[in-house]
Amino acid sequence: MSKTSRLRLCATAIATLIAPAALAAQPEEWQFGFQRAATDVMEQIIWFERYTLVFLVPIVLLVMALLAWVLIRYRASVNPVPSRTSHNTLVEVVWTVGPIVVLLFLAVPSFQLLTKQYSPPTEPELTVKATGYQWYWGYEYQTDDGEEIVFDQIMLRDIDRAEQQKQDLEIYPRLLSVDNELVVPVDTTVRVLVTAGDVLHSWAVPAFGVKMDAVPGRLNETWFRANKEGLYYGQCSELCGKDHAYMPIAVRVVSREDYDDWLVAARSDVGEANRTLIATLEARRSLANLNEE
Amino acid sequence: MSDAVAHSSHDHGAPAGFVNRWLFSTNHKDIGTLYLIFAIIMGVLGGFLSVMMRWELAEPGIQIFHGLASMVYGVEGDAAVDAGKQMYNVFTTAHGLIMIFFMVMPALIGGFANWMVPIMIGAPDMAFPRMNNISFWLLPPAAILLVISMFMPSSPGAHGVGGGWTIYPPYSTTGQPGPAMDFAILSIHIAGASSILGAINFITTIFNMRAPGMTLHKMPLFAWSVLITAFLLLLSLPVLAGAITMLLTDRNFGTAFFNPAGGGDPILFQHLFWFFGHPEVYILILPAFGIISHIVSTFSKKPIFGYLGMAYAMVAIGVVGFIVWAHHMYTVGLSLNAQRYFVFATMVIAVPTGIKIFSWIATMWGGAIELRTPMLWAIGFIFLFTIGGVTGVQLANAGLDRALHDTYYVVAHFHYVLSLGAVFGIFAAWYYWFPKMFGYMYNSTIARVHFWVTFVGVNLIFFPQHFLGLAGMPRRYIDYPDAYAGWNMVSSWGSYISAIGVLIFLYGVFEAFARKREAGANPWGEGATTLEWQLSSPPPYHQWEQLPRIK
Repeated sequence: MSKTSRLRLCATAIATLIAPAALAAQPEEWQFGFQRAATDVMEQIIWFERYTLVFLVPIVLLVMALLAWVLIRYRASVNPVPSRTSHNTLVEVVWTVGPIVVLLFLAVPSFQLLTKQYSPPTEPELTVKATGYQWYWGYEYQTDDGEEIVFDQIMLRDIDRAEQQKQDLEIYPRLLSVDNELVVPVDTTVRVLVTAGDVLHSWAVPAFGVKMDAVPGRLNETWFRANKEGLYYGQCSELCGKDHAYMPIAVRVVSREDYDDWLVAARSDVGEANRTLIATLEARRSLANLNEE
Repeated sequence: MSDAVAHSSHDHGAPAGFVNRWLFSTNHKDIGTLYLIFAIIMGVLGGFLSVMMRWELAEPGIQIFHGLASMVYGVEGDAAVDAGKQMYNVFTTAHGLIMIFFMVMPALIGGFANWMVPIMIGAPDMAFPRMNNISFWLLPPAAILLVISMFMPSSPGAHGVGGGWTIYPPYSTTGQPGPAMDFAILSIHIAGASSILGAINFITTIFNMRAPGMTLHKMPLFAWSVLITAFLLLLSLPVLAGAITMLLTDRNFGTAFFNPAGGGDPILFQHLFWFFGHPEVYILILPAFGIISHIVSTFSKKPIFGYLGMAYAMVAIGVVGFIVWAHHMYTVGLSLNAQRYFVFATMVIAVPTGIKIFSWIATMWGGAIELRTPMLWAIGFIFLFTIGGVTGVQLANAGLDRALHDTYYVVAHFHYVLSLGAVFGIFAAWYYWFPKMFGYMYNSTIARVHFWVTFVGVNLIFFPQHFLGLAGMPRRYIDYPDAYAGWNMVSSWGSYISAIGVLIFLYGVFEAFARKREAGANPWGEGATTLEWQLSSPPPYHQWEQLPRIK
């Protein structure tokens, strides 16, 4: 790992020059790179993408430079008599072995990343089932006592913004905000079982580095462990019909205490529980702002 | 047919009469021309669909499709918005199917390969000239069926197939019960049959009709590329035919191949589809590889560097292309080990592809390069294909693909290798062989303007899509969160510029035929060494009545 981390450092240093860092749990205007990570897995994806660029950008630049060089040096007016060379075993071996070496450098961290995505650090502490429908998501929480927490997640309509206290377009953007967010505790391994009720869908949250297809008749399993509280958005990522663009995914990551309160309230009324949660978070935020002033 | 009749038609060149010459044609050059005309028409149609999509995506919100839907389907208000959303998906689907089956494949395989492979290998015609005729004439009905499908009922209250070119079930079975999907399936079936017949014809021709002395290892690389392409077609298309037949019976005859309620599995279709689909993308690019080799060699006045390596690199790409299909399916719930295997296998393809890129540059190295129009397109191809290639290496990694799958990053990647790869190959071939095929020289200023407008346009379209994909914008979306507006606007402007490029291209063709500048047998000089340049321009109706001897 020490070699990898050294590579990682160097890669990050170079990549920060190439791709300005993105800073949101939702996309930003004129963004160049990934959304900011909220899980270790996504952090490693971001790192790995930059790491690949360390190899791939120079390769593109090399091809560009070689093309420019031959066009300048070997144009007919400069070099009227062409050579007849059509073989050179040494360079042919070099450009076969060279890419293989580069691929090996890519493959090692690539396999580490892939394995990490299938190795949750702890046993799942919470299991949620996400079911894709045309055109919304349904969620079920697995609870110890068998009492159900079941709700649908439908894209927020503009007329409902006031009632749901979601008027701020910065926090609740068009096409991304929903009526009922999926509420999960921070620093907790959450297992998501993904399936679909009608056609294919795909449950994706970019900040978590998670994308899992929802397939009728299959129960796909994925997981995430969010390490920052916040509101994270994703969108359906498998073409599912006319409103494919209108079935967003929203995950609200909160503290353990807030989650426990929400869970109790949600057993009787999910909508009410969400409004209470939003009010609590809002109150805390204004208090924090006040203290800063 | 009596000998005398057959004989006289051989002696007198092209048959008299439009119907005999063009509808009943058995001449590989005439059929090649038909294919090229068909590809140009379908390319304009497919391009029109894409410009409409880019116009729609120029700003957040729904701009034009509710209006288009109300014009085409006669619906109003909310129904028009719903119909417009479906119509957008229909446009993405039709754009993909048209560009693949009715533009790139007819242009490269039916058009240029039909025209040039028999000439290049010293054969008088294709092995099965009548089969060649039906290969072409199956395509227009297939295209018409696809166009009709856009106006047929699909989902309740909607028209046209909106499931993407991949037509994944259950959306293509229970999701769209109307006849539109059946029309599309039939269209793909017929286009597939056309390609299988063409593939059989090419394999037979190349194996049996090479001129004396032309061993496989002396055969021009374009013939090599077409031979490999033909094998890929022959092995992959029947799998697609099987998959869409199962789709058809699931839809109409109560089978449950892809229906979990009956013990089937929607993922089975994806495996079958991509077992065809991945070789298919190499089918689209391999002939362009062959063409680029000839152009680079001609205008560098040098033999191709590492000829055998180039030929067997294509063989390797073709073979490995059959065992990487599930890299299109990293997110469907494959096991960790399956993903590891497909990552590894996919990365292997980068090696022969790298050999090709470097060998093209080595061919130019030490040459006397003339930067004439076809060479300009060929160099554009090499550069842009390299960009598409390295993003392909990134996407090969399942761990990274998790974040990029089904985003605009993938759209950018495959348009860099296809829209800027295969299509630049097509235009390179067009400007390389146009004087040979039609006997006239085009206006090279117009052709160069065409190149630069297209080059700027397509890069403006597709480069910003990398950023959109990284930021998380999913594919096949009629509307997007406002934060994606900036790069989408740039992308749309690129699309308008590229559309102007197409108009310049068409004007250039018109101008060449209007001015009738005689091209001469070999307008490219000493570097053009393949057999087609030994014939007049255009070549006689039947060439190589005296077989050429290759030393």
